[in-house]
Amino acid sequence: MEAHTTPLPGAAAPAPRTRAVESTATWRRRDRIGLALCWAAGILLCLIAFGLVAYMAVRGVQYLKLDLLTTRPLSDLDQSKTGGFLDPIIGTVILTVVGTLLALPLGVATAVWITEYARPSWLARAVESGVEMVAGTPSIVLAIFGLLLFSESVFSFLSFTAQGGAVFGRSFFTAGAMMSLIALPLVFGSTREALQSIPGHVREASYALGKTKAATIRRVLLPTARPGIATGTALGMGRIAGDTAIVVILLGATLQLQSAGDTPGLSTLKGTGSTLTSYVYNNSPAGEGNAPEKAYAAAFVLLLIVIALNFAIDLLSNKRKAPTWSG
Amino acid sequence: MTDRRVELLLGALASVVLLLIVGMVIFVFTKAWPSFANNGLKWFGPGGNVDDQLIDIFNSPANPANYVYKLRAYPLIYGTAITTIGAVVIGLTFALLSAIFIVEFAPPRLRAVLEPVVRLLAAVPSVIYGLIGILVLVPFIGNDLITAEQKKSVAFVVQLSGSSLLVAVVILTVMITPIMIAIIVDALRSVPRSWTEGASALGVNRWRVIWTISVRAARPAIIAAAVLATARALGEAIMLSMVSGSVGFAPNPLDGLTFLFEPTRPLAATIVDNAEGLSVKPFGQTIYAFAAVLLVSSLLLSLSGWAAKQPLKRYGVRA
Amino acid sequence: MERLTPPPIRRIVVDDDPTVVAAPPPGQAPAPANGTVVAGSPLAPAGGAAAGATGTPGASSFVSAPRRRPATEGLGTERMHLEELTVAYSGKEAVKRVTLPVRQGEVLALIGPSGCGKTTLLRSLNRLTELTPTATQGGRIVLDGEDTGLLEVTQLRRRVSMVFQQPNPFPMSVFDNVAYALREQGTKRPGKAALNEPVAEALRRAGLWDEVAEDLDHAALRLSGGQQQRLCIARALAAGPEVLLLDEPCSALDPRSTQIIEDLIVGLRKDVAVVIVTHNLQQAYRIADYVGFMYLGDLVEYGPAEEVFGNPREERTREYVSGAFG
Repeated sequence: MEAHTTPLPGAAAPAPRTRAVESTATWRRRDRIGLALCWAAGILLCLIAFGLVAYMAVRGVQYLKLDLLTTRPLSDLDQSKTGGFLDPIIGTVILTVVGTLLALPLGVATAVWITEYARPSWLARAVESGVEMVAGTPSIVLAIFGLLLFSESVFSFLSFTAQGGAVFGRSFFTAGAMMSLIALPLVFGSTREALQSIPGHVREASYALGKTKAATIRRVLLPTARPGIATGTALGMGRIAGDTAIVVILLGATLQLQSAGDTPGLSTLKGTGSTLTSYVYNNSPAGEGNAPEKAYAAAFVLLLIVIALNFAIDLLSNKRKAPTWSG
Repeated sequence: MTDRRVELLLGALASVVLLLIVGMVIFVFTKAWPSFANNGLKWFGPGGNVDDQLIDIFNSPANPANYVYKLRAYPLIYGTAITTIGAVVIGLTFALLSAIFIVEFAPPRLRAVLEPVVRLLAAVPSVIYGLIGILVLVPFIGNDLITAEQKKSVAFVVQLSGSSLLVAVVILTVMITPIMIAIIVDALRSVPRSWTEGASALGVNRWRVIWTISVRAARPAIIAAAVLATARALGEAIMLSMVSGSVGFAPNPLDGLTFLFEPTRPLAATIVDNAEGLSVKPFGQTIYAFAAVLLVSSLLLSLSGWAAKQPLKRYGVRA
Repeated sequence: MERLTPPPIRRIVVDDDPTVVAAPPPGQAPAPANGTVVAGSPLAPAGGAAAGATGTPGASSFVSAPRRRPATEGLGTERMHLEELTVAYSGKEAVKRVTLPVRQGEVLALIGPSGCGKTTLLRSLNRLTELTPTATQGGRIVLDGEDTGLLEVTQLRRRVSMVFQQPNPFPMSVFDNVAYALREQGTKRPGKAALNEPVAEALRRAGLWDEVAEDLDHAALRLSGGQQQRLCIARALAAGPEVLLLDEPCSALDPRSTQIIEDLIVGLRKDVAVVIVTHNLQQAYRIADYVGFMYLGDLVEYGPAEEVFGNPREERTREYVSGAFG
C-alpha cells in the first residue's frame, strides 16, 4: 500500500473520536479481586470520612450556642448552670502561644545549625537522632517527664508552691514547655527542608559578595525559608492545640484559670487552668462532668480551629509562586 | 556577631534538644528502676489482677523499707500489643488499598473532595475521636451487640460494658489511617512516570502496573507510614482511656466472639488513668516503669523501621 | 572623584586565516577505509555534511556518506498501516490525516523538526496516547488486518513494543527487568526456570548478553546509560513483538553506545518491523530504509531513504534535509 502526503488544507478534518478506558475482561482473577478490594476500601473510606465530618458538624451546630463561647465555666451539679467554655478557649490560646514561642527559636536554630554548620559530625548525627526520638515519644511520656522535672524545687518559679514546700509543678509554663517539645520536631523538619532546598549557588553568591556566614543566614537564607518555617509552625500549633495528655497532667485541671501570685501576666502563666481538649475530656463520660452537649460544642469549636490551621498550612505551602531560584 | 560565636550559639541551642532527650531518658529510667529491680523479669509476666496490685502499691505503708512493688504487668502489655498490632495491620491494609484507589481509580471529582478530607482527618485531635467513640460506639455495642449470655459467661472475671477491645481497635484504626493514606498517596504519585509509562507500554494492565511498579517503588514510604502509625498507636493515651474499658484485663481469645467485647487498658492509658497517684513514691516509680517500657518500644520501633528500609536500597528504590 | 573610564579594548589577533580543506565534489564518495558494510567511523557523515555545505543546493550531502547497511532487498511484508490518522490534544491537531505503511524487514524513520508530531504519531501506534486524558484520535490504524482501536489495549502493546528516549529500566535486577513482560502478561505466571531461556534470548538479540551474563541479579539502575538502553530494548523484545517502536533511543547516549544500538536496530529488522523517530538526520540516513518527513503534523513526504535525502520531491523536505531549518 502506498503512502500519500497530506491533502491540502480545505479538506474537512474527520471528527476525532475518543477511546474508552481499557476493559477488565482480560485481567486475571487476582487482578480483578485487587480492583474490587480497592473500590471497597475507597467506598468505605468515603463513608467513614464524610460520616465523621457530617456527624461532628450536626452535633456541633446542634449544641453550640454563642453564649457558650463567652461565659466562664462553673462547677455545678445542675447542668444549666455550668456556664460556657470561655476559659478553656483562652487556655488553648495561651498554651499554643507559649508552646510555639518556645519551639520556634529552638527549632529554627537547630535546623540552621544542622544544615549550615553541623560540626562535629557525631554531634550533628546525635542531634538529628535526638529530634527524631522526641518526635517519636508519646506525649504522655513527655507529660510525666515534665511533671517529674518541674516538681524539683529548682523550677519552683515556674509554678505554684504549696504550703509545706511541695512544688506543684503544674502550670501554663510547665505545660507550655512540654508542648514546645511536641511542636519542635515539626518546626525543625519544615525549616530543614526549606533550607536544604535552597540551591548552593545562592550561598556561594552571598559569600562571593563578602558577606559572613551569619549575615548570609540572617539576610538571605532565613527570609527565603520563611514559608517553610511558617508551615512547620502552623503544623506545630495544630498539634499543640489538639494534645490532651500533657494538658490533663501538667495543667492542673482547674475549670477556670487560676492564677498564682500577684503579677498580672505572669501569675496566669504560673497558674493552672484548662483547655478545650481537657474540657472535652472532662465533660465526656470518661471525666467527672456529665455534659455531652457541652463536650460536643467544645469539640466542634476545637475542630473549627484545627480546620482553620489546616487551611492556613495549605495556603502557606502553595505559596510556591514566590520567585524561585530557577535552576 | 562573628561567625564563630554564631556557630557556637546555634550549636549550643541544638545541643539543648539533645540534652533534653538524653535527660529525659535518664530521669525516667532512674525513677523506674526500683520497680524493675524489685520484680525482676517477672515484671513482664502474668500473675494476678494488675489493678489490685496497683492499688496495693498505692497503699504502701510510709516506711520506705516496706514499700510494695509487686507487679505483673502482662495484661497491660498484652492489651497494648493487641490494640496496636490490630490497629496497624488493619489500618495499613486499608490505607494501602485506599491510597491506590485515590491515586488510580477514583473519579476525578471524588478524588478532589476526598483528599483534603483525608488530610483534615489526619489532623483531628484524638480527644474528638474518643468523644465520638464513647458517646456513639460504646453505647451501641454495650446495648445492641453484647448479649446477656455473653455478659454472664465472663461475669466472674470482668464486667462487659460497651468499652471494649473492639471499640479501641476500631477507633485507633480510624485515627491512624488518614496519615498513612496521605503518606502513601504522596509516595505513589512521586513514582517517576517513565516507569509507569514503560510498564504500560509493555502491555501490562493497569492494576498490575500499580501493584508491581508503583507500590514496589513506594515500599520505603509504606514502611515509614507504618512506623509512624505504630508510634502514634503506642502512645495514644487519652482516646484509649476513654473507650477501651479502663480495666487492666487481658482479653482472652478463647472466649470466642466475646473476646472482642472484653475491656482492656494499654500502657499509655494506664499512665493517664493513674497519674494522680504519682506523689506516692512506689506508685510513681511503677508508673515511670510503664513510661520506660513505652520509651524503649518507640526506640526499637525507629530502629526496626530503619532496618526494614535497608534491603530496599539495593535495586535503586529510593529509601 | 575621577570619571570612570571603560576598560581598554583588547583585540584577539589571529595570524592567518584558518585552513579550509577543499571539499570533494558531490557524487564522489570519500574512499572508505575498507569494504565492510558497517562504516566504523561516525565522523564520515560529518565529512559528508561539510562537503554538502559547499555543494549545489538540491543535492543532498548525505548521498555521498557511507551507510550502515546494503540496499534494500525489496519490500517486506506489511504489518501495520495508518489510514488518515488524526491525533488532537484538546482540539489542537498534532497529527493531521497521515497515511503510512509499516513493513517488516525494513526500518522506517520518521524525521522532522521538534513539535512536528512524529512522537505523537509513534505513541498512537501502540495507543500510548490514551494515557493523556486530553487526547482524541480519528482515522484507523490496522495491525495485521485488525483495527487496533478494537483490540484489547494490553494485547496490542504486547505486539507493538516501545523503547523510550530516556532509558527507563525498572528498579529491579537485570533478569527481573527482562522477564517483567513475560511474568505480568500471561494468565499463568511462568516459573523462574521457564524464564531463563527467553530472557537469555532477548538479551542476546539486544547485544547485552555478553556483558551481563555472569550476574543477572545486578541492579539494573547501576548499568551505564548505553547498557540501560539496550536492556530496555531487550525488555521490549522479550515478549516477541511484531513491531518495535523507538522514540529517539540514542539521543541521551554517547557516540559509542549509539553506534552499538544502530547496529542492533539494523540487525533486528528481519524479525520485527522497526519504526524509529529521530531528529538526527545522519542517524536516519545511516539506518533507515524508508523515511517519512513530517512538518507541523502533516506527512510531507514519504519514500525510500535515497530519494528523500538525495532527491526530495517537496520543497520543504529539501530545505529540511539540507539544514535550512530544523
